[in-house]
Amino acid sequence: MTQVQTLAEPRSHSVAVTVNGTRYTRDVEPRQLLVYLLREQLGLTGTHVGCDTSQCGACTVLLNGTAVKSCTILAVQADGAEIKTIEGFADASGRLHPIQQAFWEEHGLQCGFCTPGMVIAIDQLLRDNPSPTDEEVRRGIEGNLCRCTGYQNIVKSALSASKKLSGQEPFEKPELQQAAAV
Amino acid sequence: MFPAKFEYAAPSTVEEALALLKQGNGDAKIIAGGHSLLPLMKLRLAQPKLLVDIGRITGLSYIRTEGGNVLVGALATYRDILQSPDVHRGAPVLAEAAHEVGDPQVRARGTLAGSLAHGDPAADMPAVVLALEASIHAVGPDGERDLPIDNFFVDMLTTLLGEHELITQVSIPVQSPGTGAAYLKFDQPASHYALAGACARITLADGTISQARIGVTGVGTKAYRPTAVEEALVGKAPTEDAIKQACQSAAEGIDVQGDIHASPDYRAHLARVLTRRAVVKAAERARG
Repeated sequence: MTQVQTLAEPRSHSVAVTVNGTRYTRDVEPRQLLVYLLREQLGLTGTHVGCDTSQCGACTVLLNGTAVKSCTILAVQADGAEIKTIEGFADASGRLHPIQQAFWEEHGLQCGFCTPGMVIAIDQLLRDNPSPTDEEVRRGIEGNLCRCTGYQNIVKSALSASKKLSGQEPFEKPELQQAAAV
Repeated sequence: MFPAKFEYAAPSTVEEALALLKQGNGDAKIIAGGHSLLPLMKLRLAQPKLLVDIGRITGLSYIRTEGGNVLVGALATYRDILQSPDVHRGAPVLAEAAHEVGDPQVRARGTLAGSLAHGDPAADMPAVVLALEASIHAVGPDGERDLPIDNFFVDMLTTLLGEHELITQVSIPVQSPGTGAAYLKFDQPASHYALAGACARITLADGTISQARIGVTGVGTKAYRPTAVEEALVGKAPTEDAIKQACQSAAEGIDVQGDIHASPDYRAHLARVLTRRAVVKAAERARG
Protein backbone atom coordinates (compact mmCIF):
# COMPACT_ATOMS: atom_id res chain seq x y z
CA MET A 1 0.00 0.00 0.00
CA THR A 2 1.30 3.49 -0.87
CA GLN A 3 2.29 5.56 2.09
CA VAL A 4 0.96 9.11 1.82
CA GLN A 5 3.47 11.56 3.20
CA THR A 6 1.93 14.60 4.81
CA LEU A 7 3.81 17.83 5.55
CA ALA A 8 4.12 18.63 9.20
CA GLU A 9 1.36 21.08 10.10
CA PRO A 10 2.61 24.58 10.90
CA ARG A 11 1.83 25.69 14.44
CA SER A 12 -1.53 27.38 14.67
CA HIS A 13 -1.60 30.85 16.21
CA SER A 14 -4.20 32.45 18.43
CA VAL A 15 -5.32 35.81 17.08
CA ALA A 16 -7.34 38.40 19.01
CA VAL A 17 -9.10 41.12 17.04
CA THR A 18 -11.73 43.70 17.94
CA VAL A 19 -14.14 43.95 15.02
CA ASN A 20 -16.84 46.63 14.98
CA GLY A 21 -16.38 46.98 18.74
CA THR A 22 -16.55 43.29 19.65
CA ARG A 23 -13.50 41.28 20.70
CA TYR A 24 -12.94 37.86 19.15
CA THR A 25 -10.19 35.24 19.62
CA ARG A 26 -9.63 32.58 17.00
CA ASP A 27 -6.99 30.01 16.14
CA VAL A 28 -5.59 30.45 12.65
CA GLU A 29 -3.01 28.90 10.34
CA PRO A 30 -0.24 31.36 9.57
CA ARG A 31 -1.29 31.42 5.92
CA GLN A 32 -4.88 32.47 6.65
CA LEU A 33 -5.66 35.86 5.14
CA LEU A 34 -7.46 38.47 7.24
CA VAL A 35 -10.35 38.59 4.76
CA TYR A 36 -11.09 34.92 5.39
CA LEU A 37 -10.89 35.32 9.16
CA LEU A 38 -13.55 38.03 8.86
CA ARG A 39 -15.76 36.19 6.38
CA GLU A 40 -15.49 32.57 7.43
CA GLN A 41 -14.64 32.56 11.11
CA LEU A 42 -16.53 35.68 12.14
CA GLY A 43 -19.36 35.41 9.61
CA LEU A 44 -18.91 39.02 8.46
CA THR A 45 -19.47 38.47 4.77
CA GLY A 46 -19.90 42.12 3.82
CA THR A 47 -16.17 42.21 3.08
CA HIS A 48 -15.70 40.60 -0.34
CA VAL A 49 -13.01 38.68 -2.19
CA GLY A 50 -12.98 39.99 -5.76
CA CYS A 51 -9.61 39.15 -7.27
CA ASP A 52 -6.43 37.18 -6.70
CA THR A 53 -4.07 40.04 -7.29
CA SER A 54 -4.65 42.71 -4.60
CA GLN A 55 -6.05 45.07 -7.22
CA CYS A 56 -9.84 45.22 -6.84
CA GLY A 57 -10.23 46.56 -3.27
CA ALA A 58 -13.50 44.68 -2.59
CA CYS A 59 -11.80 43.42 0.57
CA THR A 60 -11.08 46.88 1.98
CA VAL A 61 -11.54 47.28 5.76
CA LEU A 62 -10.30 49.75 8.37
CA LEU A 63 -7.37 48.38 10.38
CA ASN A 64 -6.58 50.57 13.37
CA GLY A 65 -8.49 53.32 11.57
CA THR A 66 -6.74 53.05 8.20
CA ALA A 67 -8.18 51.56 5.01
CA VAL A 68 -6.27 48.46 3.89
CA LYS A 69 -6.81 45.46 1.62
CA SER A 70 -7.63 42.60 3.95
CA CYS A 71 -6.78 40.01 1.29
CA THR A 72 -3.16 41.13 1.47
CA ILE A 73 -2.80 40.91 5.22
CA LEU A 74 -2.35 37.71 7.19
CA ALA A 75 -4.72 37.21 10.11
CA VAL A 76 -1.63 36.77 12.33
CA GLN A 77 -0.40 40.22 11.26
CA ALA A 78 -3.69 41.68 12.54
CA ASP A 79 -3.37 40.17 16.02
CA GLY A 80 -4.39 42.80 18.57
CA ALA A 81 -5.84 45.16 15.99
CA GLU A 82 -9.11 47.09 15.86
CA ILE A 83 -10.98 46.45 12.68
CA LYS A 84 -14.04 48.09 11.19
CA THR A 85 -15.88 46.33 8.38
CA ILE A 86 -18.86 47.55 6.37
CA GLU A 87 -21.13 45.97 8.96
CA GLY A 88 -19.85 48.59 11.38
CA PHE A 89 -20.90 51.62 9.37
CA ALA A 90 -24.64 51.86 9.95
CA ASP A 91 -25.37 52.74 13.57
CA ALA A 92 -26.95 50.42 16.16
CA SER A 93 -30.46 51.51 15.16
CA GLY A 94 -29.75 50.73 11.51
CA ARG A 95 -29.44 54.35 10.40
CA LEU A 96 -27.09 54.47 7.45
CA HIS A 97 -23.71 56.17 7.64
CA PRO A 98 -23.74 59.40 5.59
CA ILE A 99 -21.55 57.74 2.96
CA GLN A 100 -24.01 54.86 2.65
CA GLN A 101 -26.91 57.34 2.51
CA ALA A 102 -25.14 59.16 -0.31
CA PHE A 103 -24.66 55.91 -2.25
CA TRP A 104 -28.40 55.25 -1.87
CA GLU A 105 -29.41 58.73 -3.04
CA GLU A 106 -26.90 59.04 -5.87
CA HIS A 107 -27.34 55.48 -7.17
CA GLY A 108 -23.70 54.73 -6.48
CA LEU A 109 -24.09 50.99 -6.87
CA GLN A 110 -25.60 48.43 -9.25
CA CYS A 111 -24.61 44.90 -8.24
CA GLY A 112 -23.11 46.15 -5.00
CA PHE A 113 -20.08 43.87 -4.99
CA CYS A 114 -17.49 46.65 -4.92
CA THR A 115 -19.61 48.84 -2.67
CA PRO A 116 -18.39 47.89 0.81
CA GLY A 117 -14.81 48.47 -0.30
CA MET A 118 -15.76 51.73 -2.00
CA VAL A 119 -17.57 53.04 1.08
CA ILE A 120 -14.56 52.32 3.27
CA ALA A 121 -12.05 53.76 0.78
CA ILE A 122 -14.20 56.90 0.62
CA ASP A 123 -14.39 57.03 4.41
CA GLN A 124 -10.57 57.09 4.44
CA LEU A 125 -10.45 59.70 1.67
CA LEU A 126 -12.88 62.05 3.42
CA ARG A 127 -11.02 61.79 6.71
CA ASP A 128 -7.78 62.68 4.93
CA ASN A 129 -9.36 65.31 2.68
CA PRO A 130 -12.83 66.49 3.78
CA SER A 131 -13.55 68.53 0.62
CA PRO A 132 -12.06 66.65 -2.30
CA THR A 133 -12.40 67.70 -5.91
CA ASP A 134 -13.79 65.30 -8.52
CA GLU A 135 -10.20 64.43 -9.51
CA GLU A 136 -9.16 63.86 -5.90
CA VAL A 137 -12.06 61.47 -5.40
CA ARG A 138 -11.04 59.52 -8.49
CA ARG A 139 -7.48 59.27 -7.19
CA GLY A 140 -8.78 58.33 -3.76
CA ILE A 141 -10.63 55.29 -5.11
CA GLU A 142 -7.80 54.09 -7.36
CA GLY A 143 -7.53 51.00 -5.21
CA ASN A 144 -11.13 49.99 -5.88
CA LEU A 145 -12.42 48.56 -9.15
CA CYS A 146 -16.07 48.60 -10.25
CA ARG A 147 -17.33 46.60 -13.21
CA CYS A 148 -20.87 47.98 -13.29
CA THR A 149 -21.11 51.71 -12.85
CA GLY A 150 -18.27 53.34 -14.75
CA TYR A 151 -17.54 55.19 -11.47
CA GLN A 152 -19.59 58.32 -12.30
CA ASN A 153 -22.21 57.81 -9.58
CA ILE A 154 -19.61 56.54 -7.13
CA VAL A 155 -17.81 59.86 -7.50
CA LYS A 156 -21.13 61.72 -7.12
CA SER A 157 -21.81 59.69 -3.98
CA ALA A 158 -18.42 60.60 -2.52
CA LEU A 159 -18.93 64.30 -3.25
CA SER A 160 -22.43 64.19 -1.77
CA ALA A 161 -21.10 62.36 1.31
CA SER A 162 -18.47 65.04 1.84
CA LYS A 163 -21.24 67.68 1.92
CA LYS A 164 -23.31 65.62 4.35
CA LEU A 165 -20.32 65.07 6.64
CA SER A 166 -19.37 68.73 6.65
CA GLY A 167 -22.96 69.77 7.37
CA GLN A 168 -23.30 71.66 4.08
CA GLU A 169 -26.18 69.41 3.18
CA PRO A 170 -28.67 67.50 5.32
CA PHE A 171 -28.32 63.76 5.93
CA GLU A 172 -31.33 63.03 3.73
CA LYS A 173 -31.73 64.75 0.39
CA PRO A 174 -34.64 67.25 0.66
CA GLU A 175 -36.14 66.08 -2.67
CA LEU A 176 -36.50 62.60 -1.20
CA GLN A 177 -38.20 63.91 1.93
CA GLN A 178 -40.73 65.73 -0.26
CA ALA A 179 -41.30 62.68 -2.44
CA ALA A 180 -41.98 60.57 0.65
CA ALA A 181 -44.47 63.14 1.87
CA VAL A 182 -46.59 62.97 -1.33
CA MET B 1 -5.57 31.38 -4.09
CA PHE B 2 -4.07 31.37 -0.65
CA PRO B 3 -0.39 30.75 0.07
CA ALA B 4 1.27 27.36 0.56
CA LYS B 5 1.83 26.36 4.18
CA PHE B 6 4.51 28.16 6.14
CA GLU B 7 5.61 28.84 9.70
CA TYR B 8 5.33 32.36 11.05
CA ALA B 9 7.31 34.25 13.67
CA ALA B 10 7.00 37.85 14.85
CA PRO B 11 10.25 38.78 16.60
CA SER B 12 10.47 41.90 18.76
CA THR B 13 14.07 42.83 17.93
CA VAL B 14 16.33 42.96 14.90
CA GLU B 15 18.66 40.43 16.56
CA GLU B 16 15.82 37.93 16.93
CA ALA B 17 14.81 38.53 13.31
CA LEU B 18 18.36 37.83 12.11
CA ALA B 19 18.54 34.65 14.19
CA LEU B 20 15.25 33.44 12.69
CA LEU B 21 16.46 34.23 9.16
CA LYS B 22 19.59 32.23 9.75
CA GLN B 23 17.58 29.34 11.19
CA GLY B 24 15.48 29.37 8.06
CA ASN B 25 18.60 28.49 6.12
CA GLY B 26 17.64 30.19 2.87
CA ASP B 27 13.95 29.24 3.14
CA ALA B 28 12.89 32.17 5.31
CA LYS B 29 11.63 35.55 4.09
CA ILE B 30 11.16 38.85 5.87
CA ILE B 31 7.67 40.33 5.76
CA ALA B 32 6.89 43.93 6.63
CA GLY B 33 3.94 45.46 4.72
CA GLY B 34 3.74 42.31 2.63
CA HIS B 35 2.27 44.03 -0.42
CA SER B 36 4.93 42.68 -2.77
CA LEU B 37 5.52 39.34 -1.05
CA LEU B 38 1.97 38.23 -0.21
CA PRO B 39 0.63 38.69 -3.77
CA LEU B 40 3.48 36.44 -4.97
CA MET B 41 2.76 33.90 -2.25
CA LYS B 42 -0.95 33.90 -3.10
CA LEU B 43 -0.04 32.94 -6.65
CA ARG B 44 2.43 30.44 -5.18
CA LEU B 45 5.27 32.02 -7.16
CA ALA B 46 7.02 32.34 -3.79
CA GLN B 47 6.77 29.58 -1.19
CA PRO B 48 8.98 30.43 1.78
CA LYS B 49 8.85 27.91 4.61
CA LEU B 50 9.13 30.58 7.28
CA LEU B 51 7.91 34.17 7.36
CA VAL B 52 9.73 36.48 9.74
CA ASP B 53 7.39 39.39 10.44
CA ILE B 54 9.42 42.45 11.40
CA GLY B 55 6.24 44.52 11.82
CA ARG B 56 6.30 44.22 15.62
CA ILE B 57 9.84 45.57 16.02
CA THR B 58 9.63 49.03 17.59
CA GLY B 59 11.87 51.91 16.59
CA LEU B 60 11.99 51.21 12.86
CA SER B 61 9.25 53.46 11.52
CA TYR B 62 11.01 56.78 11.99
CA ILE B 63 11.63 59.44 9.36
CA ARG B 64 14.06 62.16 10.40
CA THR B 65 16.73 64.51 9.07
CA GLU B 66 20.27 64.03 10.36
CA GLY B 67 23.72 64.89 9.06
CA GLY B 68 22.47 66.21 5.73
CA ASN B 69 20.33 63.14 5.00
CA VAL B 70 16.69 62.19 5.28
CA LEU B 71 16.72 58.88 7.16
CA VAL B 72 13.80 56.54 6.49
CA GLY B 73 13.41 53.59 8.85
CA ALA B 74 12.64 50.14 7.47
CA LEU B 75 9.03 50.15 8.65
CA ALA B 76 8.09 53.64 7.41
CA THR B 77 5.18 53.21 5.01
CA TYR B 78 4.47 55.26 1.90
CA ARG B 79 1.67 56.88 3.87
CA ASP B 80 4.21 57.89 6.55
CA ILE B 81 6.48 59.26 3.82
CA LEU B 82 3.62 61.29 2.33
CA GLN B 83 2.85 62.82 5.72
CA SER B 84 6.45 63.53 6.70
CA PRO B 85 7.58 67.15 6.97
CA ASP B 86 11.21 65.96 6.77
CA VAL B 87 10.57 64.35 3.38
CA HIS B 88 8.67 67.36 2.04
CA ARG B 89 11.53 69.63 3.11
CA GLY B 90 14.56 67.50 2.29
CA ALA B 91 13.53 65.08 -0.48
CA PRO B 92 10.21 66.24 -1.93
CA VAL B 93 10.38 63.97 -4.98
CA LEU B 94 10.28 60.97 -2.63
CA ALA B 95 6.83 62.12 -1.52
CA GLU B 96 5.81 62.80 -5.13
CA ALA B 97 6.83 59.26 -6.06
CA ALA B 98 5.33 57.70 -2.90
CA HIS B 99 1.98 59.16 -3.98
CA GLU B 100 2.30 57.21 -7.24
CA VAL B 101 2.82 53.81 -5.63
CA GLY B 102 -0.15 51.46 -5.94
CA ASP B 103 -3.20 53.02 -4.35
CA PRO B 104 -4.16 54.46 -0.93
CA GLN B 105 -4.69 51.06 0.69
CA VAL B 106 -1.35 49.74 -0.59
CA ARG B 107 0.38 52.91 0.58
CA ALA B 108 -0.93 52.35 4.09
CA ARG B 109 1.03 49.07 4.37
CA GLY B 110 3.90 49.05 1.88
CA THR B 111 7.34 50.27 2.92
CA LEU B 112 10.19 51.94 1.01
CA ALA B 113 12.72 49.45 2.41
CA GLY B 114 10.51 46.54 1.39
CA SER B 115 10.24 47.78 -2.19
CA LEU B 116 14.02 48.07 -2.45
CA ALA B 117 14.69 44.65 -0.87
CA HIS B 118 12.16 43.06 -3.21
CA GLY B 119 13.51 44.62 -6.40
CA ASP B 120 10.44 44.42 -8.63
CA PRO B 121 11.46 45.58 -12.12
CA ALA B 122 8.35 47.79 -12.32
CA ALA B 123 8.36 49.21 -8.80
CA ASP B 124 8.62 52.99 -8.45
CA MET B 125 11.04 53.35 -5.56
CA PRO B 126 14.12 51.77 -7.19
CA ALA B 127 14.08 54.43 -9.92
CA VAL B 128 13.73 57.17 -7.31
CA VAL B 129 16.53 56.01 -5.03
CA LEU B 130 18.86 55.62 -8.02
CA ALA B 131 18.22 59.22 -9.08
CA LEU B 132 18.54 60.51 -5.51
CA GLU B 133 21.83 58.70 -4.79
CA ALA B 134 20.40 56.97 -1.72
CA SER B 135 22.25 54.52 0.46
CA ILE B 136 20.89 51.40 2.13
CA HIS B 137 21.83 50.32 5.65
CA ALA B 138 21.65 46.57 6.16
CA VAL B 139 22.33 44.30 9.12
CA GLY B 140 23.22 40.64 8.91
CA PRO B 141 25.05 37.83 10.68
CA ASP B 142 28.39 39.42 9.72
CA GLY B 143 27.48 42.84 11.05
CA GLU B 144 26.20 46.08 9.56
CA ARG B 145 27.04 47.68 6.24
CA ASP B 146 26.07 50.58 4.01
CA LEU B 147 25.27 49.66 0.43
CA PRO B 148 25.54 52.44 -2.15
CA ILE B 149 22.61 52.37 -4.53
CA ASP B 150 24.37 52.23 -7.89
CA ASN B 151 24.89 48.46 -8.12
CA PHE B 152 22.18 47.49 -5.66
CA PHE B 153 19.65 46.28 -8.25
CA VAL B 154 21.26 43.30 -9.93
CA ASP B 155 18.44 41.68 -11.90
CA MET B 156 14.71 40.97 -11.74
CA LEU B 157 13.85 40.54 -8.03
CA THR B 158 17.57 40.22 -7.27
CA THR B 159 19.55 42.72 -5.23
CA LEU B 160 22.90 42.90 -3.44
CA LEU B 161 21.14 42.24 -0.13
CA GLY B 162 22.38 38.97 1.40
CA GLU B 163 20.02 36.06 2.08
CA HIS B 164 20.29 36.55 5.83
CA GLU B 165 20.38 40.35 5.77
CA LEU B 166 17.73 42.87 6.66
CA ILE B 167 17.46 46.53 5.60
CA THR B 168 17.05 48.76 8.66
CA GLN B 169 17.27 52.20 7.06
CA VAL B 170 17.32 54.03 3.73
CA SER B 171 19.25 57.30 3.66
CA ILE B 172 18.62 60.05 1.09
CA PRO B 173 20.82 63.14 0.78
CA VAL B 174 18.95 66.35 1.48
CA GLN B 175 18.30 68.14 -1.81
CA SER B 176 20.74 70.99 -2.27
CA PRO B 177 19.91 74.47 -3.64
CA GLY B 178 20.06 74.70 -7.42
CA THR B 179 18.78 71.11 -7.67
CA GLY B 180 15.35 69.92 -8.73
CA ALA B 181 13.86 66.47 -9.08
CA ALA B 182 10.72 64.93 -10.56
CA TYR B 183 9.14 61.48 -10.93
CA LEU B 184 6.78 60.65 -13.77
CA LYS B 185 5.17 57.35 -14.56
CA PHE B 186 2.88 55.73 -17.10
CA ASP B 187 1.06 53.05 -15.17
CA GLN B 188 -1.02 49.97 -15.83
CA PRO B 189 -4.45 51.19 -14.64
CA ALA B 190 -5.44 48.24 -12.43
CA SER B 191 -2.20 47.35 -10.70
CA HIS B 192 -0.65 50.82 -11.02
CA TYR B 193 2.71 49.23 -11.73
CA ALA B 194 4.90 51.30 -14.06
CA LEU B 195 4.92 50.37 -17.72
CA ALA B 196 7.68 52.97 -17.52
CA GLY B 197 8.68 55.39 -14.79
CA ALA B 198 11.47 57.95 -14.76
CA CYS B 199 12.97 59.95 -11.90
CA ALA B 200 15.37 62.77 -12.73
CA ARG B 201 17.51 64.86 -10.41
CA ILE B 202 19.06 67.89 -12.15
CA THR B 203 21.50 70.44 -10.76
CA LEU B 204 22.01 73.75 -12.53
CA ALA B 205 25.07 75.98 -12.30
CA ASP B 206 25.39 79.20 -14.30
CA GLY B 207 22.39 78.22 -16.41
CA THR B 208 23.73 74.83 -17.53
CA ILE B 209 23.22 71.33 -16.21
CA SER B 210 26.14 70.50 -13.94
CA GLN B 211 24.77 67.19 -12.64
CA ALA B 212 22.16 64.76 -13.90
CA ARG B 213 21.06 61.53 -12.26
CA ILE B 214 18.18 59.54 -13.70
CA GLY B 215 16.49 56.30 -12.64
CA VAL B 216 14.21 54.38 -15.01
CA THR B 217 11.88 51.57 -13.98
CA GLY B 218 9.34 49.31 -15.64
CA VAL B 219 11.37 49.03 -18.82
CA GLY B 220 14.15 46.51 -18.19
CA THR B 221 14.67 43.56 -15.88
CA LYS B 222 15.66 46.00 -13.14
CA ALA B 223 15.66 49.75 -12.50
CA TYR B 224 18.67 51.38 -14.14
CA ARG B 225 20.45 54.67 -14.72
CA PRO B 226 20.55 55.64 -18.42
CA THR B 227 24.11 56.92 -18.14
CA ALA B 228 24.34 57.94 -21.81
CA VAL B 229 21.43 60.35 -21.22
CA GLU B 230 23.05 61.70 -18.06
CA GLU B 231 26.36 62.31 -19.87
CA ALA B 232 24.62 63.97 -22.81
CA LEU B 233 22.84 66.39 -20.47
CA VAL B 234 25.85 67.59 -18.48
CA GLY B 235 27.17 70.93 -19.73
CA LYS B 236 24.05 71.70 -21.77
CA ALA B 237 21.59 74.49 -21.22
CA PRO B 238 18.30 72.85 -20.23
CA THR B 239 16.40 73.71 -23.43
CA GLU B 240 13.57 71.50 -24.72
CA ASP B 241 15.65 70.54 -27.77
CA ALA B 242 18.83 69.70 -25.87
CA ILE B 243 16.87 67.60 -23.39
CA LYS B 244 14.92 65.80 -26.12
CA GLN B 245 18.17 65.03 -27.97
CA ALA B 246 19.85 63.71 -24.84
CA CYS B 247 16.91 61.50 -23.85
CA GLN B 248 16.88 59.60 -27.15
CA SER B 249 19.16 56.98 -25.62
CA ALA B 250 16.99 56.38 -22.54
CA ALA B 251 16.43 52.70 -23.41
CA GLU B 252 19.68 51.97 -25.24
CA GLY B 253 21.61 48.90 -24.23
CA ILE B 254 18.70 47.72 -22.07
CA ASP B 255 16.95 44.36 -22.35
CA VAL B 256 13.57 46.03 -22.82
CA GLN B 257 10.71 43.85 -21.64
CA GLY B 258 7.47 43.03 -23.46
CA ASP B 259 4.29 41.55 -22.01
CA ILE B 260 0.49 41.72 -22.40
CA HIS B 261 0.52 45.34 -21.23
CA ALA B 262 3.16 46.77 -23.55
CA SER B 263 5.50 45.66 -26.32
CA PRO B 264 9.26 46.28 -26.00
CA ASP B 265 9.00 49.04 -28.63
CA TYR B 266 6.26 50.80 -26.69
CA ARG B 267 8.14 50.54 -23.40
CA ALA B 268 11.29 51.92 -25.04
CA HIS B 269 9.20 54.79 -26.43
CA LEU B 270 7.67 55.45 -23.00
CA ALA B 271 11.16 55.44 -21.47
CA ARG B 272 12.29 58.18 -23.87
CA VAL B 273 9.16 60.29 -23.39
CA LEU B 274 9.03 60.01 -19.60
CA THR B 275 12.76 60.57 -19.16
CA ARG B 276 12.47 63.74 -21.24
CA ARG B 277 9.45 65.00 -19.28
CA ALA B 278 11.07 64.18 -15.93
CA VAL B 279 14.27 66.02 -16.89
CA VAL B 280 12.30 69.05 -18.10
CA LYS B 281 10.30 69.19 -14.88
CA ALA B 282 13.38 68.65 -12.69
CA ALA B 283 15.26 71.43 -14.50
CA GLU B 284 12.26 73.80 -14.02
CA ARG B 285 12.28 73.00 -10.33
CA ALA B 286 16.05 73.50 -10.15
CA ARG B 287 15.54 77.01 -11.52
CA GLY B 288 12.84 77.29 -8.86
